[in-house]
Amino acid sequence: MRRPKKYESGEATQYISRRAALRKLQLSLNDFRRLCILKGVYPREPKHRRRAQKGSSEIKILYHTKDIRFLLHEPIVWTLRDYKIFAKKSGRDRAIKDFRNLKRRLALFPEIKLDHIVKERYPTFIDALKDLDDCLTLLFLFSTFPSLHLIPREQSNLCRRLTIEFLHYVIASKSLRKVFISIKGYYFQAEIKGQKVTWIVPHYYPFKPQSRQEVDFKVMSIFVEFYTIMLGFTNYRLYHGLNLAYPPQFPSSMLQDNEDTLKDETSFVSERIAALNFELLRTDKVQEDEEEPDIDMELLEQDGDSKRIIKMKQEAQEIARLRNLFKGLKFFINREVPREPLVIIIRSFGGKVSWDSSVFSGSTYDESDETITHQIVDRPSLSTQYISRDYIQPQWVFDCVNQRQLLPTNKYFLGEQLPPHLSPFVDAKRDTYIPPEEKALHDPSLIETHAQSDDESEEEEAAQNEDDTVDQELLDAQLQRAYQQETAEYKKYGGPDGVNEDEEDTDDEDFDDEQESDDEEEELDEKTKRLQEEKKKMSVQSGKVHKVNKRQLHKAEVDEHRLQARMVKPRHRNLFRKLIREKQSKEKEEWLLRKKRRNIDNDTKEAKKLAKREAKKAAAAAANAASQLGAK
Amino acid sequence: MTKKRTVKRKVKEPEPTNEQAPVSEESENEEDEDLLQAVKDPGEDTTDDEGIDQEYQSDSSEDLEFESDEEGNYLGRKVSNEAEEGEDDDEDEDEDEDEEDEDDDSDDDSEESDADDASATPKDDQPSSSKAAAAQTKEPLIEIIPRDPSKPEYEDSDTSDEEDIRNTVGNIPMHWYDEYKHIGYDWDAKKIIKPPKGDQIDDFLRKIEDPNFWRTVKDPMTGQEVLLTDEDIALIKRVNSSRIPNPEHNEYAPWIEWFTSEVEKMPIKNVPDHKRSFLPSVSEKKKVSRMVHALKMGWMKTTEEVEREKQQKRGPKFYMLWETDTGREHMRRIHDPVSAPKRDLPGHAESYNPPPEYLFDEKETKEWLKLKDEPHKRKLHFMPQKYKSLRAVPAYPRYLRERFLRCLDLYLCPRAKRVKLNIDAEYLIPKLPSPRDLQPFPTVESLVYRGHTDLVRSVSVEPKGEYLVSGSDDKTVKIWEIATGRCIRTIETNDVVRCVAWCPNAKLSIIAVATGSRLLLINPKVGDKLLIKKTDDLLAESPNLDIIESERIKTAVQWSNAEPEEQEKGVRVVITHFKPIRQVTWHGRGDYLATVMPEGANRSALIHQLSKRRSQIPFSKSKGLIQCVLFHPVKPCFFVATQHNIRIYDLVKQELIKKLLTNSKWISGMSIHPKGDNLLVSTYDKKMLWFDLDLSTKPYQTMRLHRNAVRSVAFHLRYPLFASGSDDQAVIVSHGMVYNDLLQNPLIVPLKKLQTHEKRDEFGVLDVTWHPVQPWVFSTGADCTIRLYT
Repeated sequence: MRRPKKYESGEATQYISRRAALRKLQLSLNDFRRLCILKGVYPREPKHRRRAQKGSSEIKILYHTKDIRFLLHEPIVWTLRDYKIFAKKSGRDRAIKDFRNLKRRLALFPEIKLDHIVKERYPTFIDALKDLDDCLTLLFLFSTFPSLHLIPREQSNLCRRLTIEFLHYVIASKSLRKVFISIKGYYFQAEIKGQKVTWIVPHYYPFKPQSRQEVDFKVMSIFVEFYTIMLGFTNYRLYHGLNLAYPPQFPSSMLQDNEDTLKDETSFVSERIAALNFELLRTDKVQEDEEEPDIDMELLEQDGDSKRIIKMKQEAQEIARLRNLFKGLKFFINREVPREPLVIIIRSFGGKVSWDSSVFSGSTYDESDETITHQIVDRPSLSTQYISRDYIQPQWVFDCVNQRQLLPTNKYFLGEQLPPHLSPFVDAKRDTYIPPEEKALHDPSLIETHAQSDDESEEEEAAQNEDDTVDQELLDAQLQRAYQQETAEYKKYGGPDGVNEDEEDTDDEDFDDEQESDDEEEELDEKTKRLQEEKKKMSVQSGKVHKVNKRQLHKAEVDEHRLQARMVKPRHRNLFRKLIREKQSKEKEEWLLRKKRRNIDNDTKEAKKLAKREAKKAAAAAANAASQLGAK
Repeated sequence: MTKKRTVKRKVKEPEPTNEQAPVSEESENEEDEDLLQAVKDPGEDTTDDEGIDQEYQSDSSEDLEFESDEEGNYLGRKVSNEAEEGEDDDEDEDEDEDEEDEDDDSDDDSEESDADDASATPKDDQPSSSKAAAAQTKEPLIEIIPRDPSKPEYEDSDTSDEEDIRNTVGNIPMHWYDEYKHIGYDWDAKKIIKPPKGDQIDDFLRKIEDPNFWRTVKDPMTGQEVLLTDEDIALIKRVNSSRIPNPEHNEYAPWIEWFTSEVEKMPIKNVPDHKRSFLPSVSEKKKVSRMVHALKMGWMKTTEEVEREKQQKRGPKFYMLWETDTGREHMRRIHDPVSAPKRDLPGHAESYNPPPEYLFDEKETKEWLKLKDEPHKRKLHFMPQKYKSLRAVPAYPRYLRERFLRCLDLYLCPRAKRVKLNIDAEYLIPKLPSPRDLQPFPTVESLVYRGHTDLVRSVSVEPKGEYLVSGSDDKTVKIWEIATGRCIRTIETNDVVRCVAWCPNAKLSIIAVATGSRLLLINPKVGDKLLIKKTDDLLAESPNLDIIESERIKTAVQWSNAEPEEQEKGVRVVITHFKPIRQVTWHGRGDYLATVMPEGANRSALIHQLSKRRSQIPFSKSKGLIQCVLFHPVKPCFFVATQHNIRIYDLVKQELIKKLLTNSKWISGMSIHPKGDNLLVSTYDKKMLWFDLDLSTKPYQTMRLHRNAVRSVAFHLRYPLFASGSDDQAVIVSHGMVYNDLLQNPLIVPLKKLQTHEKRDEFGVLDVTWHPVQPWVFSTGADCTIRLYT
């Protein structure tokens, strides 16, 4: 029998280094990268790197041998080779100025076909939805790009078209669930077929020329090449699921490249937004007002009422309410407000939206429309205001969606200091720091007790203390005096056993007695003395409360726990230590944040108090001045 | 002459000239002319060959240089040409005129130039001749090549090729000749000597004297001075003022209509038009009808249609790729796909208007900025910001970079499936019963026995539990009453007391004290008087020994009765060893006792029999540095701990039973469970090992309860308790329950850490011992005290 050699089986044969893969596929590194991105082939982390690398311990990029073998059979490898040939031949034509041949060749440019790869990477539609996050984020970014060396205008136009189509689907299906304004961009989260799809729309216009070390647009462009195809197919299926015609037909002026859009970025953006404010064509010609909820309620009721089901029912009801959150509301967006996210949100929750028609295209009604209920304004003041509508800041819309209800608008009025904007993506039951605003959201009772009443009561107290301290003392002294007189009188005229039952007061009484003894008759004095002595003898000593030293107890407990922690199995010891360290750092973080918040709160309270006092002083001064004036 | 011009123009073109080019052009021109003017004079029509011939003839020497550029033999020809020229000098003019006549028809230039030529000839005579004259006057040495006086100097060429041919060096930087006397070679290959160079004074004088000095120019090629003529100066001025150099050229000359713009009424030719010139072509008609048919049928497409189709074809085509939501078609996929983890969702800190506590204060900002080079160490990967309104939020500067990094992650980051542990730390702590359920055990320090002046090495308790004996480095042994903490007796010895051990036999009252290399058997004279007496009697007489001891034992141990003064202290028997004793331990019955001398090599462990006053050396070979020894409480077994291992010997069969592997660096002590199946070992590397002797030779459990070297361990005789003392000044009491059921493993629960000893010289607790009856533990420390915990 042949003796097996080292690295001829097992992990060493499962992995292949990138170099070897390149040799095997006979591709250049660039082509290989392109192939990997398109096919979704990625390096693997072996279990034992040393074994997988045939004994060498340096870190190499390893691919699974089966993946590379899989790439070997890929038809687009041939297309990539054709590209190479094409480049060579057309280059030759150009060099010898054979333009006729060149033209013929250009017409026969080898097109790359990615449909089968989409199917292969995402065997089910749900798989594709699961992987939509990166795709959408990248396409939304690319849809804002100008024409670049590596990113042709066609690509960014296609991105724009597809993203708008997707947004239209979200609006039509009312599947938007959470929104968030971050410093990086607007986060949107939609629930499509039970999958949570999150994407980011960058703020404003994020393109900046970048150095190649920082950002390689070539790589991103390859990703976009695949993602456009993927999103196209996904959109197709999504639209058909809603009985919408695909591709959607927009008014001809929209989404057409004219000179204006090419030159001017703002008009480019405004057309994109105008395209969003447009009702889609339906194939079934039925305007569905009431869509049936996702979960059949009756079926649930039959199932009985276990906790989970009740919870699900609640959730379903809540979502049903959320979908029509802005129904019947008419919004008008002032021109300084970033419109794109607001249009998406308002329209996907059933509201109507418009903007200044003189500045941007695509508006549906005018500012003077009396039926407008909310006007979104992002400036400190406005000259002409209508009484019939609320003037609110844009954050109101976001907060309403996240809390799934129409919030009172008073905190979001024009020029008002906005409450903090909280992320809807954090877990409410997490064990890290939770800011008081978030706590108040989950437990509305906390709002009053914590935030307002506390403040006020304390302030009141403080104010009272300031004003009334003198008066209070005076009053107390008077009361005291009156009480003493009363007791003296009582002792004079009351019976001999005029001693209070209170043990606490005995000393005082003794003292009083002594004072009074001179005045009293001798007999009475002796009697009382005797009685008192007897009583003293009889007195029951109050038992000592056994005081449990809480600190010691706690220390003992901690010690005990520490000792037990030393019994962790040796194989778990490192993990245990790591966990403990993590926990400690988390606690520290939480403590730090809490402390910071407390300090900030105190500071603001102080500032408020100061301001109030100042105001009072000013008022008093004014009143004084007025009275003086009056006196004169 | 005009012919020559055409040739030269050809020369100027970028393409390499060959002789054919001008010729071909000429012929073309001829053809054109032929077409334009119907045959005029066929007799004069020049053939190609003639043209070439003429060319060669007509060319002056200057031109030839270029014509023959490729032919390599130009110099020779030039020379010959020049020779000819000398002869032809006179005829030159005539010839030229002849040529003019000949070329008249073939010339592509207009007649104008000819006219100019004619007019210019007499005028141009003057400058060249004057120039020649000037040259002759100035440089008699240099032979002036005669020029064609009729030829205007500047007219026939303005190229740099029109070099002065008097010097034959060609177009080279003239400074190459700076170091030579000559400046080049003339046509006879003779050196052209540089003219003498006047100094500055000469120049100055000439400047003053010579009225023409300002118009004197030095020719770099020949080195001679040239006097510029008025025409030359006028020309230079015209060139400088960017006018046309030729002063005769009239820019505003009247327009000559070469082709009439008026439409003639009568045809020029008298031939009537052919029929086919006004009848539509049948073949074309057929072709067009065929095309129309093809367009109608859709076989052919207009360019517009083709363009539109191309446009449509360009974008990707989408169709229903997935028939159902979840149905999967069998397709080859990549092996074992691992989907990339999603990006983390943003928290409150990322908000544009976060709660105020999330914003960085100065310290945090500083820290964040400091970690610029290692961003992974930052608490957050961005700096939280607060903006007053949504309008004020700018684009995130790192947005593109972040997207790019995500792309890199997706295709370049190795993926593997890993089980992520999401457990609480508490979960890893084994589930043990609460210490409160395992009472009684000592919890508080209740007594401190003070009196020793140096660290107390060892302590031992009387079997009845009333008295305590301790040995210290201050060379004393003290006997204490446990209940009161009173020191009853102090026995001074000659050396440091390493170890004390009270005889476990309750019918005897003997303490074994290891001090230096002597083992003292002391009667403490406490407790029952009868017992004391009995012990004294027993130890007084030495039994007769009929066995002759071997030399090996004799040299190691000597038994002797104590000296009288020691007798008074209570010492009864002295066993003198050959090396310092470190440990002494009794057998359970109290007849045998074993001593350890670490320096004794293969005689480091000894077993003494009290009743026979006899010693034995159990081992003939040393298996390592013996640390301590122990008797099995029930069986005739003997435990020997070397640095790393523990060996168990059967004393009856005199063989090794087992070797326990501790996997530790240095064993410090050991204690055996009263039932004899479990052994507890303490080591200097902070560990305690519990061996279940029935189970395995490896430790059943390793406990790392202490933070420093563990000095000693002790089992309680009755309660399921054990204690350990360590250099971290702590005594840890643990519950160690051994079940009778063989299937159930011992239960070990640490109960209480008692830390009241003080630290002195890196030492903490040196010895621990249990009270034989009560759950009380005694510990001795480096702080000269013995402490009792109850």
